[in-house]
Amino acid sequence: MSTLITCRHVDFGYENHDAVIDLTMEVAEGDYLCVVGANGSGKSTLVKGLLGLLKPAGGELVVAEELRRTGIGYLPQQTAAQRDFPATVWEVVLSGTLNRCGRRPFYSREEKRLAASAMEKLDIMPLKNHCYRELSGGQQQRVLIARALCATSRMLILDEPITGLDPSAIQDFYRLVRRLNREEGVTILMVSHDVVGVIGQANKILHLQQRVLFFGTPEEYRGTEAGRRYLGGEDGCL
Amino acid sequence: MSVILEMLSYPFLVRAFIGGIMISLCAALLGVTLVLRRYSMIGDGLSHVSFGALSVAVAVGWSPLPVSIPVVILAAFFLLRITENGKMKSDAAIAMISASALAIGIVVTSLTTGMTTDVSSYMFGSILAMSKGDVCLAVVLSAVVLGLFAVCRHRIFAVTFDENFSKAAGINVSFYNIVTAVLTAVTIVLGMRMMGAMLISSLVIFPALTSMRLFKSFRGVVWSSGILAVVCFCIGITASYAFSTPAGASVVLVNLGAFLLFGLAERMLRKRIRWQPLRPGARQGTGYAGDRRGVGPRGGSGKMPRQKITAGRHGNPAGASDKAAAAADGREKQGGRTDNDP
Repeated sequence: MSTLITCRHVDFGYENHDAVIDLTMEVAEGDYLCVVGANGSGKSTLVKGLLGLLKPAGGELVVAEELRRTGIGYLPQQTAAQRDFPATVWEVVLSGTLNRCGRRPFYSREEKRLAASAMEKLDIMPLKNHCYRELSGGQQQRVLIARALCATSRMLILDEPITGLDPSAIQDFYRLVRRLNREEGVTILMVSHDVVGVIGQANKILHLQQRVLFFGTPEEYRGTEAGRRYLGGEDGCL
Repeated sequence: MSVILEMLSYPFLVRAFIGGIMISLCAALLGVTLVLRRYSMIGDGLSHVSFGALSVAVAVGWSPLPVSIPVVILAAFFLLRITENGKMKSDAAIAMISASALAIGIVVTSLTTGMTTDVSSYMFGSILAMSKGDVCLAVVLSAVVLGLFAVCRHRIFAVTFDENFSKAAGINVSFYNIVTAVLTAVTIVLGMRMMGAMLISSLVIFPALTSMRLFKSFRGVVWSSGILAVVCFCIGITASYAFSTPAGASVVLVNLGAFLLFGLAERMLRKRIRWQPLRPGARQGTGYAGDRRGVGPRGGSGKMPRQKITAGRHGNPAGASDKAAAAADGREKQGGRTDNDP
């Protein structure tokens, strides 16, 4: 398995303060990495850095050549403006292929085929002509994942994807992400507050509190101080 | 028809027609992205800044357009930056800036020329305001805006829908923001003198909001906004001529009428749409068809859907047949869907 992203002593930050300090970790192909931490612990900053929207202030960030070519699929936090956006599912999914268009102003047949296959993977083909704002939260999330898969099928970064979903939709969502990870071989990096929910799914946990509090497997995480506090004490490991 | 022919015999009205159509078209197209990105207030703020700049220019004796266009473009950059940074509450910041610009304009005018008809026409618009140069500028502007939407419509959609994703996909988001800001600024300065500083922002906001009531796709909303803006403008100007009402206010009222009309149409349509299956699972199986046949006719009674669901459940002996059970299941799915509806 090749390594997709390597961080060695990386700092990310804005003008006058660093939000992430001295981060060392790596993401290998096929990983399911979950980033946890309190609000303001630098999780979203890390995501921006990995996507290339923020230059590292120090250290070394290596992104594999294949990822740099196709880019990283990204599922951002949903904004309020999106929830009532007048767009069909097809329009939204197709917009994920824009990075392949280059300077061409229109979508080619190849891009349409790609969008259709991403929608097949997520079982949202019947929703193709439905309006995005009329879908349930879980369906909207599927549409956004399909869009991200159009950009690349190698790696997805999900930024707090379960916010605003109801419990059964959350379970659906986890099943879906696990399927993408295991069957389609998509590398997943998920930022989440729901540690208890993801600890059974992920194969790596990164606990951030500006610095790295923990990086390793879920089994080891259960044994650490930080892990016990997040999982709700001794008997909190569900 | 004869009214229109009569109107077109006056050169100033022909100019008003051409210039106004171009400006409403631009305002409507730019308005779609501004409204969807929650930047509607920017149009309002810019018109007030434009008023301030115009009054200062008139007071000093410069020609108004060359002064106010750069000032308003600068203001547009500034407003966009405030909104993007999110440090200050952007709606409050925009309200503050627009009030200040208005106050500067009023003070400067009252100190120099006094409140003349000129100032009043900037506030509430005048159909005489369109000069030949303005019309030329309006035609160029709308050519640029139409060209932009024709060539970059997918990118505009992506940036409007999700700025962060577009950035990650390598689209130059700040370029689109700047282009939008500049074009909006020019549109507002040009349209302000005809529509009035108080009313010009309605040209930006109304067509998009109206179209969003009825259209479900971005493409539909863009087309509908453009067409609606032109139609409403023509009706408004004709009404203004026929009943001797102020041009700007008449156009706004026609837009309001269109908005209410579309709202009504949406309500009538929604009753019908509620019955279409949304979940992929609900479409399969005979249960759903049975559900439709069984309850569909009663759908016309105009009751709330949840009432229909309970009525349906009590009407069928529960679990009497597989079909009934499946039908209830289908309804349940749909009921859940309705609950989620914001």
